Order: sequence, then C-alpha cells, then structure tokens
Amino acid sequence: MNAQMNLRAILAIYRFEMARGLRTITQTLVSPVLSTSLYFIVFGAAIGSRIDEVEGVSYGAFIVPGLIMLSVITQSISNASFGIYFPKFIGSIYEHLSAPASFLEITTGYVLAAATKAFAIGIVILLTAFLFVDLQIDHPLWMLLFLTLTCLSFSLLGFIVGIWATNFEQLQLVPLLLIQPLIFLGGTFYSVDMLPGVWQTISLFNPVVYLVSGFRWSFYSMADVSLGWSLLAIFGFTGICTAIIGWIFKTGWRLRD
Amino acid sequence: MADIVRVEGLSKSYKGGFQALKHVDLTIREGEILALLGPNGAGKTTLISCICGITSISAGRVLVAGHDNVTEYRAARSLIGLVPQEINLEPFETVMATVRYSRGLFGKKDNDAYIDEVLRQLSLYDKRDTQVRALSGGMKRRVLIAKALSHEPQILFLDEPTAGVDVSLRKEMWQTVAELQKRGVTIILTTHYIEEAEAMADRIGIISDGQIRLVREKQALMHELGRKVLRIELAQPLTEVPAGLDTYELSLAKDGAELVYTYDVQSDGTGITRLLTALAERGVKVRDIRTEQSSLEDIFVDLVEAEGQA
Repeated sequence: MNAQMNLRAILAIYRFEMARGLRTITQTLVSPVLSTSLYFIVFGAAIGSRIDEVEGVSYGAFIVPGLIMLSVITQSISNASFGIYFPKFIGSIYEHLSAPASFLEITTGYVLAAATKAFAIGIVILLTAFLFVDLQIDHPLWMLLFLTLTCLSFSLLGFIVGIWATNFEQLQLVPLLLIQPLIFLGGTFYSVDMLPGVWQTISLFNPVVYLVSGFRWSFYSMADVSLGWSLLAIFGFTGICTAIIGWIFKTGWRLRD
Repeated sequence: MADIVRVEGLSKSYKGGFQALKHVDLTIREGEILALLGPNGAGKTTLISCICGITSISAGRVLVAGHDNVTEYRAARSLIGLVPQEINLEPFETVMATVRYSRGLFGKKDNDAYIDEVLRQLSLYDKRDTQVRALSGGMKRRVLIAKALSHEPQILFLDEPTAGVDVSLRKEMWQTVAELQKRGVTIILTTHYIEEAEAMADRIGIISDGQIRLVREKQALMHELGRKVLRIELAQPLTEVPAGLDTYELSLAKDGAELVYTYDVQSDGTGITRLLTALAERGVKVRDIRTEQSSLEDIFVDLVEAEGQA
C-alpha cells in the first residue's frame, strides 16, 4: 500500500499552487519582466553601448543569459519557499501531515509548481530580450535543459528555505544574503576572464558561475568553464538539495513535533 | 460493534522533556460518538495529533481499521478526516477550491457532485465560490468540516468543534454531527464543555494529565457515578441539622430554609421515606421537595478533585 504513489496529491498541490500564481499574475510575471527590462535599459543600452563586445557578442546580448538566470533563480526560490512556508504560517500544514501522501509527493507538487512558474518567467524574459537586443541561440535544446534544471534545483533549495524559515524575515534572508551575491558574482554581467587572477579562482567556488556559464554557452557557444563541469555542478547541486530534503522528511525537522 | 481504532500504550514526549501522553490505551468502536473530555492541556489534541499522523509517536502504536498508522500510514490515514481546533484556512481560496484540494491530497479522484452534496449539508453551497476570508467564523469552521469530509472518511476527529462558537451555531454543529453518525461515520470529539459530551456522545472518555482516567457508556457513567440531591424546603428555617440524623448526608442551605439530602442512586434504598418520617417525628414541617440529578460536570469535577487529593 505504501509503495503506491499518491499521484493525485501531487496534482492537487500543483494545481493549487499554479492557481495561486495565476491569481497573483502581476506579482508572478509582470514584476520580473519589468525589472529585467530595466536591466536591459541600464546595462544593455546605457552602459553597454560604452563597453566593448565580449568575445564577439555585444554586451547587451552577452548579459541576457545571466539576466534570465538571475530572475529564474530568485523566482524559483521565492515561489517554492513561499509555497511551503505559507501553509506552515497559517497552520493548514496539518492537512499535508495527516494526508496519505509521502513527503516525496508533497515536495514534488510544490517544487514542480515553483519550477513551472520560474520556467514561464524565464521564457517571458527571453522573449522580452528579443525586443531589446539581437539574440542568437546556438543550442536551443541545451538552453531548455539548463533552464529546466536550474528551475528544478533552485526550487528544491527554495523548498528547504521555506521549511527552515520560522518567520517572514528568514524567508527573505537566504535569497537576499546568500543567493543575490552569488548570482551577481556569478558572471551574470561579466565573463569570469574579466576578473583579476585571484578572483577568478574564488569564482570557481561559486556554483552559479557554472550555471550561467553553461546557459550562456547554449546561446553563444562560449563558456567560462567547460560544459561538462556546468552539468556536473547543476546535477551535484540538485543532488545535495534532494539529500537535504530527504533528511528533513525522515526526521520531520521543523514539520512534525 | 467492531473496534475501528485501537490505541495501545501510546506515549508522547516533547523535546523539552514534557510528557503529553502517558501510556494511553483507548479503543474506539465503529459508528459511535466518543467524547474525550478533559481540561485544557490534558493531552486531548496531542492524542488526536498522534492518531492522525501530525505528531510523531514516542512509544506505543495506533491501529486504524487494523492498519498501523506509521508503517501503513496511507491505508490508515485515508480513513480519517480531521477537523482541527484552530481555523487554519488559506484565506484567498474559494470554498470549493480548498475543499477540492483536500480531496486531492487524500488521493481521491475529483468528484464535484459529492463535494456539492457535502457543502449543501453544511449549508455552504451558496458560498462555494466565495473566498474563505469573506466568511463568518461559524462558516469557516464548517469549511474545515467540509474539508475533513471531502475524501469520504470513515472516522472523523473533531478537535473542540464548538470552542468559541455561539449557542445557536453549537446546536447546529451537534445536529450536523448526529447526521454524520447516522451515515455511519465514527466520530471522536474533544471538548471541555461537559454539556456537549452529555448531549452528543455515546461514550465518554475522561482525560487529564496525559492519561485516560476512564471510558464509559455515557448512561452508565451518569448512573454509576451519578448522585441525586433531594432539596427539602422547610416551613420554618433551622439553625442546625436536627439531632439524630447523622446517618444521612444532610446539610442546610438558604440560611436554614432548605435541607439538602445527597444520596446515591446505586444504593439499595434511597432512604427518602425514612428521612421524611424522621423529620416528621421531630416536628420539622416540609413545604416542598424536589430532586436534582447531578450532571456530568459534577462527576467530572469530583473525578478531577479526587485525582488532586490522591
């Protein structure tokens, strides 16, 4: 009996979370598009016009993959963390805990919904980018793969943050203090070669470097690190998040007294 | 009646060392209404949480229709609906969406016709497309019941269903529970309102300090522990209980205008005839007499006080 998956529970959570996203469509979609458009105007048009091409790609086009990653990563985390934190906060989590659903199913529902929303945002930003710059996508399938894996892995991380957080401040803390610096220092707006020697080495410890590099490679066939390392990094990151969630569910940490 | 839930040697200790349940044994029969009565902090909610899977168990086990609620949690939990004490609802969802969600979580196929029927029974049908935040407190409570019933459970736990609910709504809630029982749902409710247990339950369990003190048929409990009081209104007030009546449990009330005789319903003779004769012999004139049955409340207070003295 326990071996049988409760797929309907996954679907129920997924639908519920997607409905929440649609209800707050302005928050979900419009604000990331707006903020990315501002980046394009400031970095792409205003500052970018004074910056040389980066390895044959105009600066405005060069930052597109990084900007998409910036939004997708923050959105994945905030969607997934809010999704699980909110029932905890209002107390409706009792229902998840008393339902004949495993933690795997509950996580899958929340993470898939958060990843879907982030993916949609990524695509919308990509389409918006076409309005501002000339884009080429050399490896569209790899591009979609990187986008999907990034959405999934950071939604997993967001889910952990949502379980860990005991108040709304903590919910903001991880994206603000940890993720934002990692993204900004992760080669979003520059190529790692542009950094002085020591910083190049330090950058290699930043997982976001590998994601942005791989994602940018799918656009322009140029990368800071090899494709293999990028894939390894994203799978490694996903693996670590999954392991942490597995442990949380085994122990009931912050969920079950 | 067959047993549908068996709680065996259940203990629960929290991290701080507080032991909320101490080796609880409890059997719930199929189709009954069992009221768990106890003061705040007695362990009622913890017991329910352990049975429903919200709280982990420190020792012992819970069988739901023969399924262990830890090793066979899917089978066990799918039989149970839980109405929590607090109103824990997503405020921005519509009634229909939130009830449909509960059904899905329990792995049941969509069935809006069934949900509509549940909503009608709970007088919520007109509000099915209304956001939860726009509902009154009483309606929100009924939404919680609708959610608990959404997956057609055989067992329904109601944790203090009428706490903070006004009198008319409370009566309505009792009626709802009675109708559910008619449909074959086993109901376990916790309450600290004795009148509630008295009005609804088939059996009553008394819980205090993490232990089940007793579980009895309501009638038997009332009878077994029930004492009656005979109030004798006197024509002339007395200053003290007349001499020679030490064998009776007598006291004076209302400044001596009333003589109160407490007796046990269980004993062979009530002693009323003999007492009245004795009073007449002593020239005490009686104006009126009436009897009072002690309520469950008295029984409960007696029991808890006895605990305190023990």
